[in-house]
Amino acid sequence: MSKFSRRDFVKIVGSTAAATAIGLPAFTAAAGSKKVVIVGGGTAGATAAKYIKRGDASIDVTVIEPNKDYYTCYLSNEVLGGGRKLESIKFGYDGLKGHGVNVVHDMVTAIDPAAKKVTTAGGDTFDYDRCIVAPGISLRYDTIEGYSEEAAEIMPHAWKAGAQTALLRKQLEAMPDGGTVVLAPPPNPFRCPPGPYERACQIGMYLKANKPKSKILILDAKAKFSKQKLFMQAFEKHYAGMIEWQSVEATGGVKSVDGAAMSVTTGNGDTIKGDVINIIPAQHAGTIAKTAGLTDDSGWCPIDGKTFESTIHKGIHVIGDAAIQSPLPKSGYAANSEAKVTAAAVVAMLNGNDPGDPSWVNTCYSIVGPEDAISVAMVYNLVDGKVAKVEGSGGLTPMDSSASDRAREVQYAYSWFNNITSDIFG
Amino acid sequence: MFRRKTVAMLLGSGLMLGATALSAAPTGQMLADTCAGCHGTDGASTGPATPSIAGNAAIYIVDAMNAYKSGDRHSTIMGRIAKGYSDEEIEAMAEVIASWPMHTTNQQFDADKVAMGAEVYEDGCVKCHDEKGSLADDEAGILYSQWYPYLTYSIEDFKAGHREMPKKMRKVVEKLSDEQLDAVNQFFASQK
Repeated sequence: MSKFSRRDFVKIVGSTAAATAIGLPAFTAAAGSKKVVIVGGGTAGATAAKYIKRGDASIDVTVIEPNKDYYTCYLSNEVLGGGRKLESIKFGYDGLKGHGVNVVHDMVTAIDPAAKKVTTAGGDTFDYDRCIVAPGISLRYDTIEGYSEEAAEIMPHAWKAGAQTALLRKQLEAMPDGGTVVLAPPPNPFRCPPGPYERACQIGMYLKANKPKSKILILDAKAKFSKQKLFMQAFEKHYAGMIEWQSVEATGGVKSVDGAAMSVTTGNGDTIKGDVINIIPAQHAGTIAKTAGLTDDSGWCPIDGKTFESTIHKGIHVIGDAAIQSPLPKSGYAANSEAKVTAAAVVAMLNGNDPGDPSWVNTCYSIVGPEDAISVAMVYNLVDGKVAKVEGSGGLTPMDSSASDRAREVQYAYSWFNNITSDIFG
Repeated sequence: MFRRKTVAMLLGSGLMLGATALSAAPTGQMLADTCAGCHGTDGASTGPATPSIAGNAAIYIVDAMNAYKSGDRHSTIMGRIAKGYSDEEIEAMAEVIASWPMHTTNQQFDADKVAMGAEVYEDGCVKCHDEKGSLADDEAGILYSQWYPYLTYSIEDFKAGHREMPKKMRKVVEKLSDEQLDAVNQFFASQK
């Protein structure tokens, strides 16, 4: 800096270039007309809306979400276990409105990337400078013969929380002692990789206390799964003789279901009856992502690692479960973290600045028994334009962690839930 | 040409501010915002157990992260997370965390226990945890209004040798009963 004062610098390059290079929010005052439309008000969408407003309150932010209430998938398993009421995982949009976000309860039916316009089922259109698409997942009912949206009223998936969660809980309450719960986890990739196995534990907790002669049969579409050793340890420790996991290699997975007979048939041709049948089908990005042409052959949305801008349509960012964000998982924490990075990028880009370098975190707790929770964590950064795990970071709860640490993890799981939901909706 | 000249001059001059836009490092804000999922927006935890981190001295956060990273400080999950950051990143996020306003909670405790804790505090803790543990400059971690389960875990870890106690603190803690230690935790947690 010796021969070069800040005053000289500004004189030479002019205020505009200086602001761009140095990263000062010089255009904030002029950015009043900038518009961001966010499709979907779940974990990713709602977080992005709030953090864009925090980054630059002058940006006009609209969230379009069909539902007036959002039920978190995280901790919905505890509703099934009976340790939590459905009301406690229900969140509204007053918090976002309080931050100056426009919340529209409607369904987006089309996105025109050329005209930069979003159209809703209600017939309204919304112009945008940047669009964020966060539709979560769609369930591929057609991947299991006999399964459908209607059949899910008999054999619930409960993989989008709310009415489905309540239905599955009701069925568990109604089933007889000595009955069988069939639980069919989906193939990869899918929302909340440890979720089906935490669900088995939570249902196990309920059955052990209330219907101890019952069984939970997990007919997996995979040969291995998230936190597998820790879950197998929990199955043995808390639910020996009650929970049985069967790999796709042993059964061929669930190929068809029969709602009238309350049975499932495996790839090996075995037909198994269940008193409660929980089918979690394969998944794709939420429907609007496909309609808007944001998905590739995989059914998910390819994105640029730095900003999560679609590599198919410029000006549209896809965040949360719908994006191909691997090695980030399809989890609530990751969706919240991706939303903040993308919010910062959108604020920077709308102000004529380069988006900063990202940093993401995932932390995911599973409550596997009374006073017993396990976790996985990881820090991510950008390497060669792609999301990468930071070497040496993260990992799982140790297999031999103490009972007191496991009990602490339960309290940290509840703290995580309270804090992340207030970070999103508060 | 004009722009290229600018960049060349920026690089040549080593202008510190320029580094933000040109280099490949997440900002302190970017890093610190990732903490919110567990520690609350702007480090203000809604509980029940995960501590608020807002308003701690930057040096306290740096020391804590380094102790987690090395394993000197016991943790369930923080060790795994701290290993994801360089010294520079930890310093950058600590500066932002230090700038967040201290968070207060509304936890209910038995008045007699809190009164007992207040006496213990005045006799033993006040020198390093001044103003009821609310002074960031003490560099001893904000205890004022902190979540009670976290304070309990901390004392458990100190006593078990899972977290290093400063010599002065060890001398005080050794003389206190479990009931007194619990009372002083309730005293800190009850502040609002």
